[in-house]
Amino acid sequence: MASNILVYVEQRGGNIYPATFQLMHVAAELASKTGGQVEACVIGSGIAGLADKIAACGAKKVYLADDAEFESYRVMPYASALSAAIDAASPKTVLMPTTALGRDLASRVGARKRAALVIDCTEVDADGEDLIATTPMYCGKVSSKFRLTGDRLQMVTIRSNVYPAAEPADGATAETVSVAAALRAEDTRLSLKEIVSTTSGVKDVTEADIVVSGGRALKSEENFKIICDLAEVLDGAVGASRAACDAGYQPHTRQVGLTGKVVTPAMYIACGIDGAIQHLAGMRGSKVIVAVNTKAEAPIFKLANYGCVIDLFVLVPLLTQEFKKLLER
Amino acid sequence: MNILTVIKQVPDSNAAIKVKGDASGIETAGLKQVCDPFDEFGVELAIQLREKRGDVEDIAVICLGGDKASEAMRTALAMGADRAIHINDPKFESMNELFAAYTIAEAIKKDEQNYDLIVCGKYNIDLDSGAVGPALAEFLDWPHVGAVTGLEIADDGKSFTARRRIEGAEEIVECTLPALLTIEKGLVEPRYPSLPNLMKAKKKPVQVLTSAELPGVEASTAGTHLDSMTPPPPRPECKMIEGEPEEMARELVRLLREEAKVV
Ligand SMILES: Cc1cc2nc3c(=O)[nH]c(=O)nc-3n(C[C@H](O)[C@H](O)[C@H](O)COP(=O)(O)OP(=O)(O)OC[C@H]3O[C@@H](n4cnc5c(N)ncnc54)[C@H](O)[C@@H]3O)c2cc1C
Repeated sequence: MASNILVYVEQRGGNIYPATFQLMHVAAELASKTGGQVEACVIGSGIAGLADKIAACGAKKVYLADDAEFESYRVMPYASALSAAIDAASPKTVLMPTTALGRDLASRVGARKRAALVIDCTEVDADGEDLIATTPMYCGKVSSKFRLTGDRLQMVTIRSNVYPAAEPADGATAETVSVAAALRAEDTRLSLKEIVSTTSGVKDVTEADIVVSGGRALKSEENFKIICDLAEVLDGAVGASRAACDAGYQPHTRQVGLTGKVVTPAMYIACGIDGAIQHLAGMRGSKVIVAVNTKAEAPIFKLANYGCVIDLFVLVPLLTQEFKKLLER
Repeated sequence: MNILTVIKQVPDSNAAIKVKGDASGIETAGLKQVCDPFDEFGVELAIQLREKRGDVEDIAVICLGGDKASEAMRTALAMGADRAIHINDPKFESMNELFAAYTIAEAIKKDEQNYDLIVCGKYNIDLDSGAVGPALAEFLDWPHVGAVTGLEIADDGKSFTARRRIEGAEEIVECTLPALLTIEKGLVEPRYPSLPNLMKAKKKPVQVLTSAELPGVEASTAGTHLDSMTPPPPRPECKMIEGEPEEMARELVRLLREEAKVV
């Protein structure tokens, strides 16, 4: 019976997506229960050098699909490469990050392999041959546990920042296995023309440890400067409610919520955000939530760990100053 | 050009969700259900393509769901789709999205129409997974582009350029048709169906498919079973911070450092 855990290592331009190291942590936990080992798969071009970094975090074997064809992400070639790695490794479980790429690839490869699949898990655990995967549903109003049976390949994508990262150990090495790229003509119907950064130097809300968000109460793009200033001192990202994005105060790439992005930072500071259920769907998984709102009954306080009933235009600049004092020391 | 949009009936995002006593699912009695807002983006896109281009002949919607799902189809038909395909059989009701995609793929393979474009929402707001679109593309062996925020289809209808949202960036891809797209918020703003159009929608054709018409679906993807459903873990009581603004700021920063340890 298969018992190994295969981690998909997402990389762009040779940079490993940070949540990968969290997947390595989960993989080690699962492998200790299944009696298997942690293995990894990297797809890209000129990525052989990444194997050591992955080995340091616990992978005993690294499957490398290293080919000019994989220079940039295209779903069909990557799906073929990941399928080939799965064939070579015959793992019990494949772990992937909940990212645009992870959702895409897991769904396609899951379909191809007739796998048991759950997307965006906040918890996974082995139960005998089965895998129990917990995932939020219905805008986060429900948490569901799915049983992925052991009679087939189990695939899950895991939400960022819910698990700690595996600690790298010096000197660990892994066996590397190269995976051939057997592409069909059909796999190249799609090609990448360009990647345009939408964060222009600032962090994306999905990647930052701290997110400072503003709502309709900000009233204008200019006023958002106080939110941006606070985010900057905290080395965080700027988020916004849909009302703020629809009014043009912030780009839609910063919208948090059901129709925006789902974020799970260590701290989420909601300023002048009411806490509509669709907003909560995007940030309720944050570890610590701070709410700043003039209205004590605002639903955001039901979710918050710390609440301040006050005009944000008064408090936010003061907070920025206080954090500056603290962090510059 | 023939376009198929995949839609689903889901609980309204504003509706309170109650888990059944035995944790086996949610209470659906009296629950307000709507066409998934992301799927409405797909329907709207199809209609805008018809309005912009001269070559869109057929806009069909396909919906997997029970009797209630006819409401979602009516919304789509009232928005401007020409006809609907309703896959309705208790055997197909499942929370397994790969199974759903497989079932829809079988229905599409049996359909006499040749589609050039299939459009889905980025994900559905009930399961919040987004696996149906990519898995459907896989079962059809079509390329797909997920989370599309921009779209330019060539005049000859043979290829397109799309923008799609990824973490911190947007990809611009080129692809041939046929293809499947999943739509992100921001590409189009769905129109509200007018009352006369809602009335007219009642007369548009709806083809119903059951397991009798889709015998191939038996040999499907299983292996994912719901064990239990619970409300999300409760959050700790909110600590309200009082005092003058300066004190408040100082106290909050102190708590975040010493108690919450996040800075
Ligand atoms: C299908 C669907 C999907 C949706 N998706 C999303 C989504 O992804 N993300 C999202 O955010 N919303 C989403 N919404 C919209 C959501 O329902 C709310 O309308 C929206 O979140 C409200 O934004 P807001 O809290 O900024 O604005 P408001 O509801 O107007 O709240 C403003 C808040 O600011 C407070 N305030 C006012 N002045 C001040 C001040 N000076 N200082 C401090 N506080 C002040 C007020 O007390 C109030 O609580 C969706 C809705 C639907 C139907």
